[in-house]
Amino acid sequence: MNIDSIKNGYVIDHIEAGKSFEIYNYLNLGELDTSVAIIKNAKSNKTGKKDIIKIDENLDINLDILGYLDPKITVNKIKDGKIIEKFHPELPEKLVNVVKCKNPRCITSIEQELPHICELTDRENVVYRCKYCEEQVNR
Amino acid sequence: MKHLIDIKDLSVEEIDELITVAKDIMANKEKYAKKCEGKKLATLFYEPSTRTRLSFEAAMLDLGGNVLGFSSAQTSSASKGETVEDTVRMVGGYADIIAMRHPKEGAPFVASLKAEVPIINAGDGGHCHPTQTLTDLLTIHCEKHRLSDLTIGICGDLKFGRTVHSLITAMSRYSNIKIVLISPDELKLPDYVKRDVLEKNHMEYVETNDMEEYMPELDILYMTRVQQERFFNEEDYIRLKDYYILNEEKLENAKKDLCIMHPLPRVNEIAVEVDDDPRACYFKQAKYGKFIRMALILKLLEIK
Repeated sequence: MNIDSIKNGYVIDHIEAGKSFEIYNYLNLGELDTSVAIIKNAKSNKTGKKDIIKIDENLDINLDILGYLDPKITVNKIKDGKIIEKFHPELPEKLVNVVKCKNPRCITSIEQELPHICELTDRENVVYRCKYCEEQVNR
Repeated sequence: MKHLIDIKDLSVEEIDELITVAKDIMANKEKYAKKCEGKKLATLFYEPSTRTRLSFEAAMLDLGGNVLGFSSAQTSSASKGETVEDTVRMVGGYADIIAMRHPKEGAPFVASLKAEVPIINAGDGGHCHPTQTLTDLLTIHCEKHRLSDLTIGICGDLKFGRTVHSLITAMSRYSNIKIVLISPDELKLPDYVKRDVLEKNHMEYVETNDMEEYMPELDILYMTRVQQERFFNEEDYIRLKDYYILNEEKLENAKKDLCIMHPLPRVNEIAVEVDDDPRACYFKQAKYGKFIRMALILKLLEIK
């Protein structure tokens, strides 16, 4: 299967096979006007299968969330058809409305308009806690 | 403007200062009788509480101030669906300081984000209860004359007991503290408290389900109630509620100057016969609660 290579934009590579739609939704890519390609089950030498997302525009997208979703993801920034930057997104210090606190005793369980804020409290063990009730939230 | 949401909001120096002021209030009540004249404390209690609410109100009255508020969500506009944020904004127009008890964890923090007056967390679900911890620290200081070099047994519900987590966090800042965790397996201290507080601060601790095993070593025995309201399953509660009952027989090998504490209310976990034991400090502890709250109100209102 051929997908045109992009001139300016991002290639989000090494996504765990089957997870691309989740990432597409988290990044709100559905709202973009530009071409976005989702490649499912692409061949991977390392893992056998992987997903890839290509975004054909150099937008200012906050990709930090990718570090939280899957630290193995690689982001390639493309300019004039060439990779100008390649990185693994860092774990963000704070997540806003990415994951919901599931603690039934948390204030967010009754006050729906509150933003769901989670903070990184242990980088080594990747522990995020709800800003309100401090309960650990799971990916 | 400062709020008190979590005991960690206060530095060790600030806690020392509060203890010093509380002790001064105990010794010189007259000196403080008019310190808060013209000031109002609002007690916003969205769930029932006897001790905490009354001690806050008594604290403000003894400082010469006034109190207003509600003592259940049914009698407040929360029953009409008002958010915590809106309630505190409105109450901030009527009162100079707010003490809030809420069954939902994080509610006082939400309140503090928009409040124009200081907010005191008077207990939020199973999360934090910093004024109980301040009460515990004042009790320990009054009874043992120190906050370091202590072996503290904590018995009962160590899983849901917010007072336990806050007390351990507070004690982690003092030197040479050994914690003996006494609980049934189902109510053990959560791993994250062990990892983030005990181990991170290199505190010595042991876990046991035998109440008497470490009794001779203890300087303080902190009993807790298995709280029915923290269980979603009635059967679990019934099975665990009478797991530990402290009586005179179990205290036979304890130190003569042991200090027995309990945040109250007590149900069955301390036999009534222990009340007459000179080592029982839990009713005194409740009394100390008023004095530390007086010191806290003065601090947050910035009254010298």
